[in-house]
Amino acid sequence: MNAQEIIARRVAREVRPGTLVNLGIGIPTLVANYLPASLGVFFQSENGVVGMGARPPEGMENRNLTDAGGSFVTAVPGAASIDSAMSFGLIRGGHLDMTVLGGLQVDAQGRLANWMVPGKMVPGMGGAMDLVSGARRVVVAMTHTAKGVPKIVPCCTLPLTSLRRVSLIVTEMAVVEPTEQGLVLRERAPGVSVEAILAATEAPLRADGEVPEMSLESAR
Amino acid sequence: MKSVISAAQAAARIPDGAVLMIGGFMGVGSPHRMIDALVECGRGSFTVIANDSARPGIGIGKLIDGRRIRRLVVSHIGTNPETQRQMITGEIEVELVPQGTLAERVRAGGFGLGGILTKTGLGTPVEDGKPTFAVDGETWLVERPLRADFALVAAKQADYVGNLCYQLTAQNFNPIMAMAADIVIAEAEEIVAVGIVPPDMVRTPGVLVDAMLRGDASARDLQGAVATAERAAPATGAARSQQ
Repeated sequence: MNAQEIIARRVAREVRPGTLVNLGIGIPTLVANYLPASLGVFFQSENGVVGMGARPPEGMENRNLTDAGGSFVTAVPGAASIDSAMSFGLIRGGHLDMTVLGGLQVDAQGRLANWMVPGKMVPGMGGAMDLVSGARRVVVAMTHTAKGVPKIVPCCTLPLTSLRRVSLIVTEMAVVEPTEQGLVLRERAPGVSVEAILAATEAPLRADGEVPEMSLESAR
Repeated sequence: MKSVISAAQAAARIPDGAVLMIGGFMGVGSPHRMIDALVECGRGSFTVIANDSARPGIGIGKLIDGRRIRRLVVSHIGTNPETQRQMITGEIEVELVPQGTLAERVRAGGFGLGGILTKTGLGTPVEDGKPTFAVDGETWLVERPLRADFALVAAKQADYVGNLCYQLTAQNFNPIMAMAADIVIAEAEEIVAVGIVPPDMVRTPGVLVDAMLRGDASARDLQGAVATAERAAPATGAARSQQ
């Protein structure tokens, strides 16, 4: 199982039945692959649909129905289409149960940086700032390190996406929960030691007693 | 009854340096025929307020390619390397606005509000140079309303009164932009007789619309072709990954 699959499978276990969820692009998108339809989850795409479905078969595309990246999608039975003001009203207004976003850095205070690298990458924040500021739960799905460099750091050196403390960080090595008292190591990936996780983490990380292995089962 | 004009006639009404709101999200729900006519008419130095600049050769990306935009107010440029190139060389000024804040600034402009208070952007570079405001002990960021000289919107269906209906994710910024400009030009995939559109289906009342034109099938096909290519090989670069 590669890093992306471990992360996506573990994040999928955070999704509660019958909730409204927004998945960011990249690893977060993969989470949908591990959620059974019976869970009754509605996916929001911030360009204007509640109840986004899988990609349509060839020839069945509707040019007026895409995801936020402009790729064709479908709408599930019971879906609703909305304008941009309503879409972000859902996000900021506390109606979105959970968002899963990629990350460049998360710091000891649980603050996320994921939208720009000064001098290198300035794509714009899109909906990320609203999602992190407004969603009821914010789960960061990212690799633990980038080219060996820890991404969980004492203080973000990259511009923040929001001051809001994220709810959970899921990597291919660990599940980390930011709390008022700092970062707490909740779970470790199968076969990964606490020592290895601490060595790959730059921010102070507390482990309370025995740290259980994360479950990657998808069926519930 | 509203006049149905050609794209060229619509473009002829828009002077150099005009402030334009253009509907669409990655080209979906953009007024493609209107954009083509704007590129052809030769005028430019526009300020464009939109969600994004799509991709080169697509939607608002055509105005970028044609160097018709002096200032761009958008939430995202990561999918258009040409926008980034022009930004770096200083040919174009880009103001990046969080998408939800952009929607609310447009809405405030159209709904007669003096601005909005939001948590989005607090403690980030978005806050720079803007006032904050405390309400009952909570701090909020003050964001100003946006208005335009022209809103160029796209609709699924219009009637001759100018009532507009949208389809699925092609509505995006179109309904709020139709509220926030002095002159509203709507490009509709079809224009039908008055009475055909049930009042409950109207999202933009015709009183807001000044002129209409018919959409162009080839532009839509182009969008579809690109989205299909995108589906075959999804862009997963750093520019998209954080969107």
